[in-house]
Amino acid sequence: MTSVAVTRGAVPTGTLRRTVADRLRQVADAALTPLDLDDVLDHVHPLRRGGSDLVGRVVSVTPETEQSATILIKPGRGWSGHVPGQYLRVGVDVDGVRLWRTYSLTHGPRADRCISITVKAIDGGVVSNHLVHRTRPGTMLQLAQADGDFVLPDPLPAKLLLVTAGSGITPVIGMLRNLFSRAEIPDLDIVLIHSALAQAEVIFGAEIRDYAARGLIRLEELHTDTHGLLDVDTLTERVPDLAERPTYACGPAGLLDALEVHHEARGLTLHTERFRPVVLAEAGEGGTVTFSDGSTLEADGATPLLDVAEGAGRLMPSGCRMGICMGCVLPMTDGAVRDLRNGALTVAVPGETGRGGVPIQTCISAAAGDCHLDH
Amino acid sequence: MTTITKKPVDPTAHLSAADVEAIGVRLDAIRQEVLDARGESDARYIRRLVKTQRNLELGSRAVLLGSALPPLWLLGTVGLSVAKILENMEIGHNVMHGQWDWMRDPKIHSTTWEWDNASTAEGWKHSHNQIHHTYTNIVGKDNDLGYGIMRVDEEQKWIPFYLLQPLWNFVNACFFEYGIAAYDLELGKNLSIPKEKRSETFKANAKKTLAKIRKQATKDYVVNPALALPFGAALPTLAANFTANLVRNVWSHSVIMCGHFPEGVETFEKKSIPDDETRGQWYVRQMLGSANISGSRFMHLMTGNLSHQIEHHLFPDLPSNRYAEVAPQVKALFDEYGLNYHSAPLPAQVYSAWHKVVRLSLPNDWLATTTPKNLPQQLKVLWAMSTKGPRVRRAAQARLTQQRRRLAQAA
Repeated sequence: MTSVAVTRGAVPTGTLRRTVADRLRQVADAALTPLDLDDVLDHVHPLRRGGSDLVGRVVSVTPETEQSATILIKPGRGWSGHVPGQYLRVGVDVDGVRLWRTYSLTHGPRADRCISITVKAIDGGVVSNHLVHRTRPGTMLQLAQADGDFVLPDPLPAKLLLVTAGSGITPVIGMLRNLFSRAEIPDLDIVLIHSALAQAEVIFGAEIRDYAARGLIRLEELHTDTHGLLDVDTLTERVPDLAERPTYACGPAGLLDALEVHHEARGLTLHTERFRPVVLAEAGEGGTVTFSDGSTLEADGATPLLDVAEGAGRLMPSGCRMGICMGCVLPMTDGAVRDLRNGALTVAVPGETGRGGVPIQTCISAAAGDCHLDH
Repeated sequence: MTTITKKPVDPTAHLSAADVEAIGVRLDAIRQEVLDARGESDARYIRRLVKTQRNLELGSRAVLLGSALPPLWLLGTVGLSVAKILENMEIGHNVMHGQWDWMRDPKIHSTTWEWDNASTAEGWKHSHNQIHHTYTNIVGKDNDLGYGIMRVDEEQKWIPFYLLQPLWNFVNACFFEYGIAAYDLELGKNLSIPKEKRSETFKANAKKTLAKIRKQATKDYVVNPALALPFGAALPTLAANFTANLVRNVWSHSVIMCGHFPEGVETFEKKSIPDDETRGQWYVRQMLGSANISGSRFMHLMTGNLSHQIEHHLFPDLPSNRYAEVAPQVKALFDEYGLNYHSAPLPAQVYSAWHKVVRLSLPNDWLATTTPKNLPQQLKVLWAMSTKGPRVRRAAQARLTQQRRRLAQAA
């Protein structure tokens, strides 16, 4: 039919349908102003395709250890998929306040289109404790699309070393599950060195031991209470063919830093995933932050500007919250901020630093004196 | 009413500077208590309310498709009126105050909210949040006092023009949303400036407001009636929308008049406010410059909790659902410091506010000195004051004041 219509010189049906849909939407929007059709549909069907925000509904919360749980989420139709090893940002309403955190996806793409994150409740962690202990199926979560380049290369290398500690296992389990759930399991030589506080604390312990028992991976499981922390200098003993294995590592900053030094000295390939920014800089004096609308905030020298502004109820652009994704960047037209990772100062002087100001990452920048943000 | 500093007895005269600051500290503590308790239940409240309001509005509009049948017209019109009132008062006004910004939900945030009203959210937030809430009841600074067209205080010189102010007030009530839009734009002031000299800001804002009005009118008077056309209900739907807007306008005008206008609510002189007004002084001004409406929970909801005008003016950024909870503590503080906590049922407050509008439309002391017996004579005086020059007016005014003083002495 379409081809006939086209030969007659009429609009193709696809375009026609789109035009009609656009017109109908215009009418609906005009009938609903100042709302629009999406505002109304969001109440009825928040998971539909083309919803104004990407959201997900919690399907189940399954305890992994006493302090961790896997949360299975049905994302809205707008979810554009992910590669195992990637993370996503999750917006959770805790005590009525929307807080955003980043978690690794712990499954490869699934047949039921659901996604999962595995969260470890950390001491004083507002969001992690809420997700592990107080989240029930049916809860709606705000989502952002998957992101991150901590993924296995394509084609896969023949040999791999995976080094993880604590909840650092989460992106790696996603990779392993994806590999081992295939109809034809790829023939790979994988070594997994995983360190956790104690045997009972090993997230996915049974699962990785099962992979080892089936000969899919070689597992070295270390428990800090009996074996102490993983010493990177023992790596060459543990993995004699270290040089042939690209290393993928995820865990606390101390381990990753040590690995970076170790691998760099030997010229080995290392991919890391950090969960939290490295806060190194000595905190200094803060200052007053002003915004384009004239409002002001007092910021200390140790708290990221993003947290300060959000704490005051301001809407701020945000992303990974660890200084990677540039989702939080705002122009600073005047003043100084300190990079909390390395203490570096960024200074903007009106008239000298260009009219648009200096772009700063608010998630890792603290006030180092008064500053003005164009926002 | 007279500004507080020109009154024979200043109702705050018995307060020492230390008292005023103590009141400030106590009110700050009440505010902090709410901030600490604010959480999930509050978030649930506003989200549920937004959803209920939207369902009610859509449901009412659906019912109006069948409004060729009178019972459906009535049902749909009542529903739409209630929906518009909720949208403007308990939701729009309070969201745009930033009462829900702490949730960090971009969908319910003062910076993103737009409301079902002729004035733009942006314009309203400026004139309301910045001007009215900062300069509450300061004659000449707070345009909410009379919206620039009325005589709201004895100290404002009477001119015959004010005789019409009950009529203006009624017209303003019926088309209140346009009144607010005009007031946000400072239309009167700006239109008196020659066209080529008007500021760019004014021109840009006027353009935005016109666009908003066009969209609002298109919705209520074109699109929705057109959708009802196939059901033979275009005209009834149009009438229903007009009625719902009228009801919303009159209702919100009444509530807002009750907030600052009833007899006994204090006004302030510009020069009596110190430049370095302390938090305590500001609080006391807010305490005396507002009046509450007592009533049921439903009434509080429908007024957008502006029935707790006193609490709202003390804590404009606390979630409105918490005002009822802090009201007894606030009232206890008024009692403790011998201040007048002004609260009365809606009809009494509406009557009181209208009485004041009428009284001030007439020369000072005219109403007080008029009895059924001397009415013809008084009308003659009024006629003379309205038609003859300022000199006659001044003389007549002096006589009225003298008469009034004698009456007071006799009593």
